[in-house]
Amino acid sequence: MSDPNLTRETVIPQREAVQSAEYAPLKLHVPEPAVRPGGTPDFSNIRIPRAGQVDRPAIDVDAEAIRDLAFSVIRVLNRDGEAVGPWAGALSDTELLEGLRHMMILRAFDARMQTAQRQGKTSFYMQHMGEEAVSCAFRKALRPGDMNFPTYRQAGLLIAGGYSLVEMACQIYSNTHDPLKGRQLPVMYSSREHGFFSISGNLATQYIQAVGWAMASAIKNDTKIAVGWIGDGATAESDFHAALVFASTYRAPVVLNIVNNQWAISTFQGIARGGSGTFAARGLGFGIPALRVDGNDYLAVHAVAKWACERARRNLGPTLIEHVTYRVGAHSTSDDPAGYRPKTESEAWPLGDPVIRLKNHLIVRGAWSEERHKQTEAEILDTVIAAQKEAEGYGTLHSEQRPSARDMFEGVFAEMPPHLRRQRQEAGV
Amino acid sequence: MTRRTMIEAIRDAMDVMMSRDSDVVVFGEDVGYFGGVFRASQGLQAKYGKSRCFDTPISELGIVGVAVGMAAYGLKPCVEIQFADYMYPAYDQIVSEAARLRYRSNGQFTCPLVVRMPTGGGIFGGQTHSQSPEALFTHVCGIKTVVPSNPRDAKGLLISAIEDPDPVIFLEPKRLYNGPFDGHHDRPVTPWSKHDLGEVDDGHYAIPLGSAAIRRQGEAVTILAYGTMVHVAETAVAEVGIDAEIIDLRSLLPLDLDTIEASVKKTGRCVIVHEATLTSGFGAELCALVQTRCFYHLEAPIARVAGWDTPYPHAQEWDYFPGPARIGRALIETLEA
Repeated sequence: MSDPNLTRETVIPQREAVQSAEYAPLKLHVPEPAVRPGGTPDFSNIRIPRAGQVDRPAIDVDAEAIRDLAFSVIRVLNRDGEAVGPWAGALSDTELLEGLRHMMILRAFDARMQTAQRQGKTSFYMQHMGEEAVSCAFRKALRPGDMNFPTYRQAGLLIAGGYSLVEMACQIYSNTHDPLKGRQLPVMYSSREHGFFSISGNLATQYIQAVGWAMASAIKNDTKIAVGWIGDGATAESDFHAALVFASTYRAPVVLNIVNNQWAISTFQGIARGGSGTFAARGLGFGIPALRVDGNDYLAVHAVAKWACERARRNLGPTLIEHVTYRVGAHSTSDDPAGYRPKTESEAWPLGDPVIRLKNHLIVRGAWSEERHKQTEAEILDTVIAAQKEAEGYGTLHSEQRPSARDMFEGVFAEMPPHLRRQRQEAGV
Repeated sequence: MTRRTMIEAIRDAMDVMMSRDSDVVVFGEDVGYFGGVFRASQGLQAKYGKSRCFDTPISELGIVGVAVGMAAYGLKPCVEIQFADYMYPAYDQIVSEAARLRYRSNGQFTCPLVVRMPTGGGIFGGQTHSQSPEALFTHVCGIKTVVPSNPRDAKGLLISAIEDPDPVIFLEPKRLYNGPFDGHHDRPVTPWSKHDLGEVDDGHYAIPLGSAAIRRQGEAVTILAYGTMVHVAETAVAEVGIDAEIIDLRSLLPLDLDTIEASVKKTGRCVIVHEATLTSGFGAELCALVQTRCFYHLEAPIARVAGWDTPYPHAQEWDYFPGPARIGRALIETLEA
């Protein structure tokens, strides 16, 4: 049928594949994880060297000279719970016991808040199960004034940095004592005082900001450094690329962390990684020293963090670190991993549990025992419950005690412009 | 007092602020050694050093992203996006980050940042060097949007923008860089040196954001315009020969609604002019505000003269541009309604 109203331009050409004798038809490659629900977990594709095998280079090394570190995994704790190799030996018993305690607090806090969300006391929660070592250990390599630009799964930076559990819970409950006045989703903390930049909730945006903060420190001839955080999935964002370009060009005093926990909600890390061997390898094209570290090994994370921070402080420029870890729990309280991966996958994860590994190491060192561990677990639970109770005294999300509607209009600008004043008046608050 | 082009006035504002405040840094594509494609930052690197005025990679996301981080640290970045048409990769950093940082952190972190960008057409720049995206910024809560129309304002407003504790989008009508544009592209350009507003005070002075300027007093009709269109409207008024009041908004957000309201209540008629496309343009917001505030004083429907809802064309630039003839027709229709 020909319609006289149709112009030539509106006739859509047929999209037929052109067959050729010379070439086979093209096919789109869509990567798939090794196993899906119902299958047997399989991590045989993840190559894990023995602890202590990877060299510890000088901090002024060229990226080119340590290419292999972007493809290996730096590990300190071996299967017997011993700290071995060139990256071992930096932490005392006291420091390690403190690290264990931070991870245990984070885990206990997560469990309580996860339950509180299920009880309707807040809208949303994100836990760290399996990834506690990454943020807790990294924090101990930082100095006062350094600034983290975190994502939503680095609350260990706050706990190991001495932030109050009550304030964390108040933020999660969006109650009258919420330091962010109910403006942010739960877990999107902010504490300048604790070197913890406001979490955006938009992925990757903070990575390039960390580079900018570090550049500012260099411009002002300051001594502080910045630390950027990103997940495996969000490395696909343009912000990641921009951050590496700027960090490389201006040799910014920044440490750029990629927390590869294998899963971006339901999407396995292969979708973001594509054909590159590892996420760390992306740093090499920018001339940025790139290392992979066992993210479930408190000692290894701390040692690598120290190395990278020292580089930044000595004006040697940026470092890219890929923390190889595993997200044991769901992405958030809004998804169920059973829908996209085998239920028992976390048990098969070859790098184990960070809390148990550090506990075992301390026992091997003679600084800890199963009994003391149990006792501490109980003490920590009491502490966390007390903090939670105190926070609940200031209200929970759906209770009467919440930030006022008047607060909603404050803080959009330093000074409230006339149009907002009119709107607040109209709202009658 | 010195006669300056708009580019010279903008450069002078940055120069004044860089000399007064060591936290002010200037960067962008071609901004450092070369001084910017429009030469706004010419000489600043030589004067203040490479760490305060430098070239960046071609990454608008990166430019604004690092500027947000620097502002959070405590610097006052004044960055350039080479053309407003190139700002889209930076839009997430502007909208989700710069604009909300103060709010979401309850004031722990702030973002005193200026993003300068040449805007508008009239230079045969085609669809990628001519856009006027101001409404994409005024729709965002947490940022201020400023559009100067002359050298004197450009300097005073840019100084206010740099001193402002919050992010400011500073849109520079590039057709005005070298002289006031009367809307007749086939006539020789009048240089700023022959215009009163090309007389720019030396040193520091600030024009507060949120104050409009009445460019022409009149009784018959109120024209709301900003940037290039202030001058085009002046031409239209002279050609049609009516007693219009021309208000140069200067700052779209915050908006000087009191000046607008007083004028429209006096004249009873309102014509809104902008170069940006019509639909959902800033004129729609102005129209809504005027009818709410001045409904019982209005003697005619509010008219809008704007760019057509097409991409900014190349060869048909002057068919697209809302020139004096179109504004004149709208004025006559509004007076006769």
